[in-house]
Amino acid sequence: MSDEPRPDASVLAPAERSAIVRDGIAVGVATGAYGISFGALSVTAGLDVWQTCVLSLVVFTGASQFALVGVVASGGAPLSGALTALLLGSRNTLYGLRLATLLDWRGWRRAAAAHLVIDESTAMSVNRDTTAAARAGFLSTGLAVFVLWNASTLAGALAGRSLGDPRTYGLDAAVGGAFLALLWPRLGTAVNRVVAVLAVAVALGLVPVVPAGAPVLVAGLVALVVALVTRPPLAGRHRSGAR
Amino acid sequence: MTWVAILVTGVGCYLLKLAGLSVPPRVLDRPPVARVADLLPVALLSALTAVQVLAEGSTLALDARSVGLGAAVVALLLRAPFIVVVAAAAGSAALARLW
Repeated sequence: MSDEPRPDASVLAPAERSAIVRDGIAVGVATGAYGISFGALSVTAGLDVWQTCVLSLVVFTGASQFALVGVVASGGAPLSGALTALLLGSRNTLYGLRLATLLDWRGWRRAAAAHLVIDESTAMSVNRDTTAAARAGFLSTGLAVFVLWNASTLAGALAGRSLGDPRTYGLDAAVGGAFLALLWPRLGTAVNRVVAVLAVAVALGLVPVVPAGAPVLVAGLVALVVALVTRPPLAGRHRSGAR
Repeated sequence: MTWVAILVTGVGCYLLKLAGLSVPPRVLDRPPVARVADLLPVALLSALTAVQVLAEGSTLALDARSVGLGAAVVALLLRAPFIVVVAAAAGSAALARLW
């Protein structure tokens, strides 16, 4: 390794460490609010409080959890919801690939850290220049999100159970709003917008003809097809004749 | 069945995370892999949004949920935080149903 970032990469100044930890906790608090909506939506979709809390504990990746609950809420088979959730969870594999050399953990530490590989912990560690700083960002964010996400899931599930008919409160629309909010930051490029429009068209076209849950899975194939027929953005060319 | 789906999702999502931390990084250098991983969430989340808002069983319906989604779009354009977007969707759909 000729480009070791810093000779003292294992040492982190206390001031720098506490700044990183403070940011991580702030991110955790922000996602806590989002856990309340997950908990409430999950129980109104028909899962019980236990199932909702176990989802947050063992799945621990928000978009996948919303996907599973959303498919169950719309009458789909739980296993097709699980498949959608796993496809969405595959982006964490990509995050892990980016983090592996930076975090540089082996053995049980790596196995434990894997559970914390999510959008937020990746965002707060991938841009650090030393392993020590990356680990501080990853652990503080990952643990803060884990604690607050699970606590707020429980709070939301208990609140949601006492609500009665969820449609009165528009909670079915809230699930759609949650998906859109997760999608929104990814709509920055023309290619992504084309993928979004095509996926919507495929999914809605299939709703009348295939069982609930399946339209979303088939729409996932749009990503595969577009990935194979377009060049990556780094090549500097966007095909605009796609429509 | 719901418990099976929860456990399959939990174990599967964990293994997907662990695979990323364990696989040699050069796999990522293959452009199609990175490209699919980038576009898959876009396709799935947009399909999930559309189905959640417009599907009613096996038919399509334009109802209070669409009003809620419209409110969510406005909130997102105003750069509102996640919880506000979700609350705007729920609140406006609830109001539309009172009409």
